Amino acid sequence: MNMEEATGQPSVGVRAPGAMDSIAAPAGSRRRSGSIIWWIVFITGFLYFFVPLLGTFAFSMRAQPAFSAYSVVVDDPQFAATLIYSFVVGIITIVVATVLIVPTAYWVRLRLPRLRPFIEFITLLPFVIPPIILVFGLLRSYSGPPLPLAGSDFGSNVLLVAAYVVLSLPYMYRAVDTGLRSIDVRSLTEASQSLGAGWVTILWQVIFPNVRVAILSGAFLTLAIVVGEFTIATFLARPAFGPYINLIGGNKAYEPAAVSLISFGLTWIAMGGIAMLGRGSRQRVQVAGAR
Amino acid sequence: MTAAAPAQRRFSWAWLGVVPFVVFTIAFLILPTAYLFIGSVQGTGGQLTLQNYAHLSEPNIADAYAASIEISLVTAIGGGLFGFLLAYAVISGGLPSILRSALMTFSGVASNFAGVPLALAFTFTLGASGLLTPLLIALGLKVNIYSKTALELAYMYFQFPLMVLIIAPAIDGLRKDWREAAENMGATSLQYWRHIGLPILFPSLLGSIILLFGNAFGAQATAYQLSGGTINIVTIQITRQLRGDVNRDPGIGYAMAIGMVIVMAISIAAYSVLQRRAERWLR
Repeated sequence: MNMEEATGQPSVGVRAPGAMDSIAAPAGSRRRSGSIIWWIVFITGFLYFFVPLLGTFAFSMRAQPAFSAYSVVVDDPQFAATLIYSFVVGIITIVVATVLIVPTAYWVRLRLPRLRPFIEFITLLPFVIPPIILVFGLLRSYSGPPLPLAGSDFGSNVLLVAAYVVLSLPYMYRAVDTGLRSIDVRSLTEASQSLGAGWVTILWQVIFPNVRVAILSGAFLTLAIVVGEFTIATFLARPAFGPYINLIGGNKAYEPAAVSLISFGLTWIAMGGIAMLGRGSRQRVQVAGAR
Repeated sequence: MTAAAPAQRRFSWAWLGVVPFVVFTIAFLILPTAYLFIGSVQGTGGQLTLQNYAHLSEPNIADAYAASIEISLVTAIGGGLFGFLLAYAVISGGLPSILRSALMTFSGVASNFAGVPLALAFTFTLGASGLLTPLLIALGLKVNIYSKTALELAYMYFQFPLMVLIIAPAIDGLRKDWREAAENMGATSLQYWRHIGLPILFPSLLGSIILLFGNAFGAQATAYQLSGGTINIVTIQITRQLRGDVNRDPGIGYAMAIGMVIVMAISIAAYSVLQRRAERWLR
């Protein structure tokens, strides 16, 4: 311990060369005695993370023969149908959110900078209005005339996508706005205009490529949230994946465990996508609302 | 400020560019909330009244609010402190750097692994035939899966990872030179934390914990699945109202919803203010 105090070097094995800056940060003294505590903290966190997954896996393996819970689930036509439904809804949500947000963020930066606080305030509102309140309000607003959307299948799908776009607003808008901050929107626009480009060309060929990474990482987060979302989908009576898990959770034994793990794997894939996109760049953390 | 001048001159046309966005948010965010608000201040005959809000003090509803606040507080403070320690451990605790990226990825996954599958995972871990149940019974720590404690344990699963994600930039912002400067002047580790580290981190810490509070307060799916819709918290009360399971005045349902929005608004406003204060140090 004394040796570390003298040299101030990190005592625990440093594997990556680029790690020095983050590891040797503030500490310095008491390096090793600190490390033991931090290892305990880390392992506790790891166990908290891992044990429920292990419990779920162990439960799914009680079905005989081995892995039959998984094969039963995968063979269930409802599984594929609801998963595909939720996935398609997620993709439509991403497209609608992009078409809505990119031009708005661009235009506010270019022409209406004084409107920015107002727009930012609106994009924060979904944090204030949780999904259960949102769907409550949507059902009451669109169940009767003049726009009885909740009364039809198509209308309910519209409401579902709209609600998911609302949920995606806080992180999508911020990601796009941050992306736009790093480019000179004004000069790019003027340069494009002097080359004869119209608004659609500017947005599609100049602005959009510059915020592609922001949109993609927002898209993965949207998928992670939408596939498996329960509250809104269930009240709009949509055949989505979240309500499906809830349904089989109530009337099957081992299959719910299998579906939970599959759902966890899907979340992991989506987050892995974000991690891959964000590699090398220091992005703001994206945080979604409550579920 | 150069941008403001042309914006002002062309204002009459330029605002058209945000019309689609504003119309969308009015239709699917503002209007639905306004509908609930108007319902909450109307009596059965359509007259203006605050009577619905007075009903929120009825034992059943007041209990739901109390339970929601208790669960949110416990998991925000518990998850906040543990998440902070965990983030500090991988950033400044001298652990191998590979653990940092592992923790960040896992936090992204776990903070988004909420709702029905999370509740099921805890049922398979703590429930009647759960993995840990024999061990917990032997230790005399059996958790009733329908209880507040079980719900708090489940919420912790997304609360502390969320804390890791939002507090990590603040811990990164604690500069090495500040600590070295303090040590050069003979400060002990305790003194460093008391006079430098904690005062700098405090707005971030408090702000993040408040955000976690809102995160738990608004959660519905996890609680609904874990307790089978039996636990008495606000989001479940609203669920019952929406399903028509309770035979009460719709105005009270609206008042409950708006009451929730008010609690959420206060916590998000406090978070934004504290976050702005915290960012002074994050340059």
